[in-house]
Amino acid sequence: MILNGSEILVNVLLEQGVDTVFGYPGGAVLNIYDALYKYSDRIRHIMTAHEQGAAHAADGYARSTGKTGVVIATSGPGATNLVTGIATAYMDSVPMVAITGNVSTPLIGCDSFQEVYIAGITMPITKHNFVVRKVEDLADTLRDAFRIAASGRPGPVLVDIPKDVTANQTTYIPASAPEPRILPQTVQGNVQEIADLINRSERPFVYFGGGVRLSGASEELRHLLLTADIPAAYTLMAAGALSYGEKHNLGLIGMHGCYSANCAANRADVMIAIGTRFSDRVALNTSKFGHNAKIVHIDIDSGEINKNIIADYSIVGDVKVVLNELMKFIKPADHSAWFTQIEGWKQDDYRPEDCETALKPHQVIGTACSAAGEDAIFVTDVGQHQMWAAQFLRHVKPNNFLTSGGLGTMGYGYGAAIGAKIANPDVPVVHFTSDGSLHMNMNELCTAVSYQVPVITVILNNAVLGMVRQWQGQFYGRRFASSEPERVTDYVKVAEAFGGTGYRCTTPAEFKEAMKKAMKATGPVWIECVIDREEKVLPMIPSGGTVHDTVFN
Amino acid sequence: MKKQCMVILVENNAGVLARVSSLFMQRGFNIDSLTVSSTENPKISRITIMATGDQKTFSQILKQTAKLVETKMIFSVEPSFGLIRELLLVKFNTEQADVTALKKTIDDFGAHVIDVTSGCLVAELSAASSLIDDFLDATKAFEKMEICRSGAIAMEQGRVVYDI
Repeated sequence: MILNGSEILVNVLLEQGVDTVFGYPGGAVLNIYDALYKYSDRIRHIMTAHEQGAAHAADGYARSTGKTGVVIATSGPGATNLVTGIATAYMDSVPMVAITGNVSTPLIGCDSFQEVYIAGITMPITKHNFVVRKVEDLADTLRDAFRIAASGRPGPVLVDIPKDVTANQTTYIPASAPEPRILPQTVQGNVQEIADLINRSERPFVYFGGGVRLSGASEELRHLLLTADIPAAYTLMAAGALSYGEKHNLGLIGMHGCYSANCAANRADVMIAIGTRFSDRVALNTSKFGHNAKIVHIDIDSGEINKNIIADYSIVGDVKVVLNELMKFIKPADHSAWFTQIEGWKQDDYRPEDCETALKPHQVIGTACSAAGEDAIFVTDVGQHQMWAAQFLRHVKPNNFLTSGGLGTMGYGYGAAIGAKIANPDVPVVHFTSDGSLHMNMNELCTAVSYQVPVITVILNNAVLGMVRQWQGQFYGRRFASSEPERVTDYVKVAEAFGGTGYRCTTPAEFKEAMKKAMKATGPVWIECVIDREEKVLPMIPSGGTVHDTVFN
Repeated sequence: MKKQCMVILVENNAGVLARVSSLFMQRGFNIDSLTVSSTENPKISRITIMATGDQKTFSQILKQTAKLVETKMIFSVEPSFGLIRELLLVKFNTEQADVTALKKTIDDFGAHVIDVTSGCLVAELSAASSLIDDFLDATKAFEKMEICRSGAIAMEQGRVVYDI
């Protein structure tokens, strides 16, 4: 059938199983939006306040479902407003297709109105990108974009479509729905040798990250840990891949991870890194991290092997496939002595004190966790509240903790929470944020109101930029430069002014009550929790440090 | 610190060179020279890169470049097992210069005079980069008005099957 570029675009989206897109209209995408209008019974478009919110929403949608998120923006400023959202997805390996309009092909390169070379701008922050210059190439290019975004290590792909291409017509040849994720089924590496190493080890340790979650390999990981009796610690990207309370789950590793987990990493004789990349938030000192261990690195991306840390052994492959291969050679083991040693370190783990009268961060997180329930999805912005959420939530499900780990994007949370809630309407979504982060993208409250998306936003308000202030306190002699804005924003009034609901709490009892009410709301709710600015994220290992440098107060 | 020569066969798409350069800038790889040209296959372009670094850097260059969607193949060419050549054009000022001596040095190195115009002489030399360095050194007594080097191109010796 003969269709124009815009209709072809929507048809390919439908082909790919897309039922929801996020975006913001504009001149260069008028034809695309006309097609979306025609197909509105089959594809839902969520219009946000800002393209950044739309990009983060597509990200939250993708992280919470495993499907590829789609965001549409117009040319020029619409496209550049996507950049932070695309970079956020890139750093955390989130499958996303960003579609931008551009000026018509004869106008390209002439500094036309709302023209920008978005393909050049996004080159370093996309897995790949395309500029479609002929409508005949559009369908296959889009199919390629989806395939690249979801295959192997996922990531964002941008497709830039000039306006005339969205209007030109050609024959559209439908294709069948593709495989949801294309993963390598073979592995490269000596699996048996590595299994022998693990079988011979006395203090084995697993450090795992987002790759376990993306591979859906929680069961396979658990099987390894239980059979070979190995303790494991996770990164931000894998919170919930193992459940809170499992014996082999030592907790969060890294700069603000559990002291006992970091001790175990330091003392291990075999460290098995699975689906993770030795980021500078975990391997703070690349020459000393895991220095007592033989390091085994298992990852789907060969570029990660020996990038930050030299591995003694490595396997390149999909985590689930690799673990299944490995288990053929792993023997049951008992490392009680090692676990006893770890129990000893656990006595020294940082435990904040409770308070009945004032709000303490760990109690806010704990109360929200209980009120929202085990199925809830928790989303954060960036800063102290993010670390507290990572540390004190009782993570039990793998795709239920959405946080910008790699890029650390303040302002990520609200859009992402909206995307996650739209993707999972029957699951409570709690968005932890702070006064700093929320001021960045609070405008998305209008989106939550317009679409009646009942996200519960818990604002840990200490009137300062907590994480920056904490570092300035620790390393800059308490010279709090531009970190104490002490904004007087009345969050309750703002929430109501946008059409939402707001609560302000100063005590644990008030917060419990507010959460109870919020859980029943049919629209977005903001709950402001007043927190003391001297609260710190602890423990902390400073950059370049080791577990021996851990700060406890 | 070593110098390494890498050949990347890429899809002949608009912007592929920009993408490779962008990757190198992003990762902080130190490029000494980069050339690109068409090949015996109209769909494939050939990029030759000379880079300086250590083994860890070269390993990362090979792996990260291999990940690019448009990369069909990437391999390094060892100077001992491959043919690595560069083209030099150099313009000498011949006014008040011992042109005979200059022409002899040019001849000794296997270079060629390709232009003589209004007090200038342009010599062309196609050789290994080290020989070009030696030639420029051997002619240092003569004033060089312009020097232009093409950057290296490289090929492995013998029959090679590229699985693209």
